Amino acid sequence: MSVHITSPAFKENAKKALADAPLQSALSKVGPGFIGRRTAAAGLLPEFDALRDSARDIKNHTLAHLDLYLERYETKVRAAGGHVHFAVDAAEARDIVTDICRRLGAKTVTKGKSMVSEEIGLNDHLAACGIEPVETDLGEYLIQIRGEAPSHIIAPAIHLNKDQVEADFRRVHAHLPPERNLSEPTALLAEARGELRQRFLQADVGITGANFLVAETGTSIIVTNEGNGDLTQTLPKAHIVLASLEKLVPTLEDVSQLLRVLARSATGQEMSVYTTFSTGPRRPEDVDGPGEYHVVILDNGRSGMLAGQLREMLRCIRCGACMNHCPVYHAVGGHAYGWVYPGPMGAVLTPSIIGIEKGANLPNASTFCGRCEEVCPVRIPLPKLMRHWREKEFERHLTPAPQRFGLGVWSFFARRGWLYRPATRLAMWGLSRLGWRAGRFSTLPLAGGWTRHRDFPAPEGDTFQAQWHARKAKRGQE
Amino acid sequence: MSSPSEKRPPSVGLFVTCLVDTIRPGIGFAAAQLLAQAGCEVDVPRQTCCGQPAFNSGDRITTRALAEQTIAAFETFDYVVVPSGSCAGMIKTHYPELFVGEPDWMPRVARFCAKVHELMAFLVDVRGLRAVAARYDGTVTYHDSCSGLRELGVHDQPRLLLQSVEGLELREMADADVCCGFGGTFCVKYPDISGAIVEKKAANVIASGADTLLAGDLGCLMNMAGKLQRMGREVAVRHVAEVLAGTGTAPAIGMARREGGT
Repeated sequence: MSVHITSPAFKENAKKALADAPLQSALSKVGPGFIGRRTAAAGLLPEFDALRDSARDIKNHTLAHLDLYLERYETKVRAAGGHVHFAVDAAEARDIVTDICRRLGAKTVTKGKSMVSEEIGLNDHLAACGIEPVETDLGEYLIQIRGEAPSHIIAPAIHLNKDQVEADFRRVHAHLPPERNLSEPTALLAEARGELRQRFLQADVGITGANFLVAETGTSIIVTNEGNGDLTQTLPKAHIVLASLEKLVPTLEDVSQLLRVLARSATGQEMSVYTTFSTGPRRPEDVDGPGEYHVVILDNGRSGMLAGQLREMLRCIRCGACMNHCPVYHAVGGHAYGWVYPGPMGAVLTPSIIGIEKGANLPNASTFCGRCEEVCPVRIPLPKLMRHWREKEFERHLTPAPQRFGLGVWSFFARRGWLYRPATRLAMWGLSRLGWRAGRFSTLPLAGGWTRHRDFPAPEGDTFQAQWHARKAKRGQE
Repeated sequence: MSSPSEKRPPSVGLFVTCLVDTIRPGIGFAAAQLLAQAGCEVDVPRQTCCGQPAFNSGDRITTRALAEQTIAAFETFDYVVVPSGSCAGMIKTHYPELFVGEPDWMPRVARFCAKVHELMAFLVDVRGLRAVAARYDGTVTYHDSCSGLRELGVHDQPRLLLQSVEGLELREMADADVCCGFGGTFCVKYPDISGAIVEKKAANVIASGADTLLAGDLGCLMNMAGKLQRMGREVAVRHVAEVLAGTGTAPAIGMARREGGT
């Protein structure tokens, strides 16, 4: 794990994010944009929910027979002249990539968008080895020149606004005329495209992620909207595919079903602009293509998930719908989560990879509103899996002490009704007397978290149970 | 409504929830009144909490103890009705998870959970109530609490009954189905994020122009009322049952009691 982890400081990260006006302005567009487009796309497809069931079933089947499909996939890739490398952890995956780059004498590497690359901290490692990584997805390019990490799994620069991008381009593209007009987004796009064109042609190795690995054919598939992935993987001497092991899918028929829910859930498109299938290196009769084709399959904790209660998380197809619909993500953005994967899917996946000790905040920072589960194209029960992490945290006594103490006191009373009822009567009587005049409290001891942002209503007086039973007793006497 | 052919009115155990029990008993009485109107015989067995705070904090042992306690107290009733989607959802959809792999318990828990209903869903879907005899002079907007909406499908039922209230105008707000930021213990664990989420909700309530905000969960109501009041807004916040039972003239949540009131 070379990517710097700030998940333990989630609260502080969130506080900063909430006070960051440009970020809040960028985040205000996440919900309306993504949600509206997904809803519209889903509404146009009567079988959308049936497809989600099918997508879930395909992934469940694959995970149940993952060993078989991995072997089949490896055989097929080899038959097509490619190489499959298995990496147990991030360090192994990085070494595999740098060994290939070194053997080919690579100076620069172009990269398509890959979250696995972020997960293994590849860019820093390549740079340390004297190999320059060049991100070619526009969003990834923007955050690379800013020295940032992605804040969203499909829209890595969603935390930025146009003015920030313009300022960065003027700073980084200093060789271009300063008087050029960059006021339109299309001008920014054209400039990035111009800058990247040369880099595509120079690159020695191209690295992409994979949305799917097809066992039937040994094919890797990427979906993109910019076409940068195609240039990344066809022009250089070698194409390296980075994929985590849950990207396996049995057949092309299965892929075609998953593709129908992927783009609709992600961006509300029926299909991404480009869906690119790669099978092996360039063949003699091909007009273009890489001379070598490598697939690095990363485990990094996933085989442990496969065997345990988090298996359902491995169905994830990385559409981002969960974060697009998450009120917490909308409030704080992706960087606050403090590692590669933000939002609800990150809250489940991250602790599996960095450990619950460091990642405990993430599954706790959810209201359990359930909207993520409601929109997940492969029906991952995200709140249930977040709760699983809370249980692990509680079992291992990692829950913060004040919280555990509060829960313990409450639990002591709640389990002893004969004590609970008089105790709550007394407490409510006291609070209702104190709050009689105003009807509410603007500060309350032990409830600072609540009253920092809102008032607390004064109780009406006696408890419902006491009143009910008093009335019942009275009725009984009449 | 109860049909004349029924031999006796169905018995309903009212699980009022710990928040209603302690903070706003009026909701419990409103719920009991609505259940009586729907032809039910209501009683209130001794109770504490459904266990949700423990469940969502990862404390399975406490959750299990509270679940057993609740089941024992309520399983003799024909129905168990809860004026909260969140607590009803906890019982109906999550209790079975606590007893998985225990053949002694599973059928008993399944029988129990089948009897559990959120108040609005029970009145409309089980008892067939279509209208109430109540009056409320005001423009109301309705917030869909998350668990009721997504775990139990509570959406149309409260709106249907509200439409029958004389003098009441229902005005939908934007994002009525988006979380208010309460989230049980979430609001005290992550107060700043919760505060930011409820601020958006309050803005939508205000933009609707309604003078009253209703919902079916006291936790969410306390959160939204507290925010609106902190912002100095004069929106009356009440549980939907209070308006449907015609007790919507009592002081709204967080508002001062009138002189001479009890």
